[in-house]
Amino acid sequence: MMSPSPSPNPAEIRFPRRELLDNAGVCALIDGVQVAVFYLPGETPALYALQNWDPLGRANVLYRGIVGDLNGELVVASPLYKQHFSLRTGRCLEEEDVSLPTYEIWLEDDTVIVTLRSSNLKTQEYKNA
Amino acid sequence: MSKKNIVVVGNGMVGHYYVDQLAAQQAGYNITVIGAEPRPAYDRVHLSEVFSGKNPEDLALSSRAHYESLGIKACLGEPVEKIDREAKEVITSLGRRFAYDKLVLATGSYPFVPPVPGADLPGCLTYRTIDDLGEIRAHASKGRVGVVVGGGLLGLECANALRNLGLDTHVVEFAPGLMGVQLDNGGSGMLRSMIEELGVHVHTSKATQKIVPGDAHNLRMEFADGSVLETDLIVFSAGIRPNDQLARDAGLQVGERGGITIDYHCRTSDSDIFAIGECALFGGRIYGLVAPGYRMADAAISQLGNAPLSFKGADMSTKLKLLGIDVGSIGDSHGKPLADGQAPAIFLYANDRERVYKRIVVSPDGKKLLGAVLVGDCSDYDTLLQLYLNDMELPANPEALILPADSGAPPLLSNMSLPLTATICSCLNVTKGAIVAAIDGGCCSVADVKAATKASTGCGGCAALLKSTVDEELAARGVEINNHLCEHFAFSRQELYHQIRVGELKNFAAVLDKHGKGHGCDVCKPTIASILASLWNDYVLAKEHASLQDTNDTFLANMQKDGSYSIVPRIPGGEITPEKLIVIGEVAKKYSLYTKITGGQRIDLFGARVNQLPAIWRELVDAGFETGHAYGKALRTVKSCVGSTWCRYGVQDSVGMAIRIENRYKGIRSPHKIKSAVSGCTRECAEAQSKDFGVIATENGWNLYVCGNGGMRPRHADLFATDLDDETLIRTIDRFLMFYIRTADRLQRTSVWLNNLEGGLDYLREVILDDRLGICDELEAQMALLLDTYQCEWKTTLEDPEKLQRFRQFVNSGDEDTHVVFVQERGQPRPAREEERDMALS
Ligand code: SRM
Ligand SMILES: Cc1cc2nc3c(=O)[nH]c(=O)nc-3n(C[C@H](O)[C@H](O)[C@H](O)COP(=O)(O)OP(=O)(O)OC[C@H]3O[C@@H](n4cnc5c(N)ncnc54)[C@H](O)[C@@H]3O)c2cc1C
Ligand code: SF4
Ligand code: FES
Repeated sequence: MMSPSPSPNPAEIRFPRRELLDNAGVCALIDGVQVAVFYLPGETPALYALQNWDPLGRANVLYRGIVGDLNGELVVASPLYKQHFSLRTGRCLEEEDVSLPTYEIWLEDDTVIVTLRSSNLKTQEYKNA
Repeated sequence: MSKKNIVVVGNGMVGHYYVDQLAAQQAGYNITVIGAEPRPAYDRVHLSEVFSGKNPEDLALSSRAHYESLGIKACLGEPVEKIDREAKEVITSLGRRFAYDKLVLATGSYPFVPPVPGADLPGCLTYRTIDDLGEIRAHASKGRVGVVVGGGLLGLECANALRNLGLDTHVVEFAPGLMGVQLDNGGSGMLRSMIEELGVHVHTSKATQKIVPGDAHNLRMEFADGSVLETDLIVFSAGIRPNDQLARDAGLQVGERGGITIDYHCRTSDSDIFAIGECALFGGRIYGLVAPGYRMADAAISQLGNAPLSFKGADMSTKLKLLGIDVGSIGDSHGKPLADGQAPAIFLYANDRERVYKRIVVSPDGKKLLGAVLVGDCSDYDTLLQLYLNDMELPANPEALILPADSGAPPLLSNMSLPLTATICSCLNVTKGAIVAAIDGGCCSVADVKAATKASTGCGGCAALLKSTVDEELAARGVEINNHLCEHFAFSRQELYHQIRVGELKNFAAVLDKHGKGHGCDVCKPTIASILASLWNDYVLAKEHASLQDTNDTFLANMQKDGSYSIVPRIPGGEITPEKLIVIGEVAKKYSLYTKITGGQRIDLFGARVNQLPAIWRELVDAGFETGHAYGKALRTVKSCVGSTWCRYGVQDSVGMAIRIENRYKGIRSPHKIKSAVSGCTRECAEAQSKDFGVIATENGWNLYVCGNGGMRPRHADLFATDLDDETLIRTIDRFLMFYIRTADRLQRTSVWLNNLEGGLDYLREVILDDRLGICDELEAQMALLLDTYQCEWKTTLEDPEKLQRFRQFVNSGDEDTHVVFVQERGQPRPAREEERDMALS
């Protein structure tokens, strides 16, 4: 099965903030890649973007999961079989070797900007610097 | 070295246990089991359940395939006729010979028929095998009156069977009282009056002299006192006699009054031949219960290995339900004088109004329990049995053991005081020590312990004791056994329900703020959303509730494996007009949906994309359909049969009632889904007895059944109330449902809820029918509020453009999910398999 892979020159999309749902997810399509976008008002950061493809349930459904926290880690629960994925790192809490790509996302005024650049990579670079 | 042959004669409960265990424990034997009955071993202990609805097949303990998989050779329907000890062979009725190295006799026993003239007339029967059941049933169908000869344990069980078959039932007992072996006079007297209240006629001190053909009925019994009794059938249940003929013929030692003599290795007088179960005589005694038979089998098997066990006799304490009456007997229930001539101390509690009799026999110094009799209430049985078996010291006030809990007597021991050798499960011979070892080995729940030790997988009678033992052991290890909802709420669902109700909390944020911590999760959010809905009945997609719901509730449809959804419009009672059927067909055709009739008498449309849901529902709502809540923890369907309107047997309008019930309770959110059905007569075509609440029509109204379940662990519903009129029926269901909603755990169906409800069905009746807690008005008022605020969630959603916003795959594009792909099969779409999808996408 093909897993969506980011292109070398990461694309980005923009959409208005009012499209977001409080404490829940929506899905953005970026260059053919489905990205689940979660909005947790009051949290820092308030926006999280991960791959929408659920590799365990094998369907594009993660944006329809319930968000919450487990042992202090912000997570989304897959609506299919309820595994939890960390919103910050994409790591699956139940299956050690499963991890989802997470993407850069931020807010400029009332516009949400999502790119296909990995947010994990960025923290990595930041740490190495 | 060639394998040794082990031949087992008799494929009853004990013979089966022996071969099953032997195959599991020790390799290297050729095992053959030869049985006289035509079918593989079955559960004789629960034979009577066939008269209350069980299939004979459900009693099977084994099958030919099971034996084959274990490498056991089974020859059934072929009794052994002779043992040739010289040649070490057994010879069957077909003349086949089987050579043995070791022979095991497990031939059980047969019912004793007193040598009364006429006891061989047609209609004179016994009760031991599945074939006997067929005979009894056949005779019962031709008659109206039935007699059981023998007022012991089996006789009374048989009386219940005759009663269930609709016969006017008599019990004839030679002795002055019922169950004389297990009960003292007082207990026996209480039991008798309770049985008589059930309409069973009891005749004691009656000796049958002769049986002759009758005038008004098939048979006439003539008694020594000159009286007579006419009946259509007689079942003899006057004790059992061991099947020892084979052993006698082979010259093995047998007891004076029958039974194959064994030593504590279960060997007969021929050291290559063992005898186990009800055919064996140990210490001058036949053990007429199954657990001692299993222990004999264990001992006999162990003789083949290096760690031989001894059978040292077994405790014959029993607890049973006879005609629905709890009866328990422990140790010496009669209080015989002790060896030194001293009389034991007796403590007695008898309550005629509540029909409870409890008597304990205590050593003269008041320290040890010697025996007990319980009639009408066996709740103290487990505690008393443990005190007795483990020879434990009694509290200073032994009467506290049997006084009612609210009498101010101090509370009694907990399991912690049980020694490790205490048997918790007698069927499977699991001690407290084994349970502790399992917990030390990593088990942390009752389910784990059950799987590891097999405790409580037999008769199930030890379930409560097992649970309390496991709970206390875990607690002692600091494992918190909590019923906290999740890490965010240190409360059970029931506690939260109460807090939300009393605190009038209206949304998740308020509940979290007041009673929880963190952000919440996929466990507490839907649970609290459901409680809020049960209490205040707001629209589930209201802004503050929407993000709490499971995906099915968020999209008001059931998510399928590929991320598409199914659509289930409500079809109350399963009744639908042709016009509406056509609409469903048209909609399915237009949106290419797969259609299927569900198990709940309605139609499911599969394969809708998230963005198609509003358009599809718009068409359905316009045609008068409502949401079926197939996605919610809420009322699903109320199935119906055609009932008196069409059916020649129907006695009430079951369709009308089903529709009324479905429309009344639709939309109500509950701890788990709720299902119901209404049948128009006792034939029960709507299967109401498998539902959370089921209704069956009677000549005079309706019978209400509660807490049935299909699904993973089927449970027959219990009869809750009879002959209710329409309004009382509805009022009773209102209360029942609200009480369930109030008190059940998260995702707990009514069946499990009832099983965990302290006090069980009786308590539930007291709360709902007698208003013992004084909350029925409140329950009804709560229900009235829910009924007043019902809305079809799809209708509301379609009216709100903002809500419809949610129903899209992408925020920034009108594209569809390219991974949702359908292919055709049998003229309808189905989700593509991965290979098919890859092909379609490439
Ligand atoms: C559609 C249907 C099967 C069918 O093609 O007939 C069905 C389909 C599902 N059943 Fe069922 N059940 C269906 C009748 C039943 C029945 C029969 C009945 O209701 O008479 C039972 C046994 C009766 C009972 O519940 O006591 C049944 C026992 C279950 C269970 C086990 C419940 C239990 O207590 O053990 C589950 C799992 C659960 O609820 O946790 C389940 C769950 C499900 C789910 C919701 C599983 C899921 O989460 O995806 C299925 C999805 C339905 C969908 O996508 O639309 N379904 N399911 C039936 C819908 C009936 C309806 O019109 O609403
Ligand atoms: C209605 C009823 C209710 C009961 N309730 C309880 C209860 O609540 N608790 C409890 O502990 N016990 C109860 N019992 C007793 C329990 O069923 C017996 O203790 C148990 O079945 C004994 O097992 P067994 O293998 O020794 O004998 P059985 O189960 O009788 O099996 C013996 C088998 O050997 C076969 N056989 C006999 N002779 C030959 C031969 N020559 N060749 C081949 N096969 C032969 C017989 O056909 C039979 O199938 C009840 C019994 C009955 C009938
Ligand atoms: S239960 Fe069966 S027999 Fe009775 S009315 Fe319904 S369909 Fe007819
Ligand atoms: S005592 Fe029968 S299963 Fe445990």
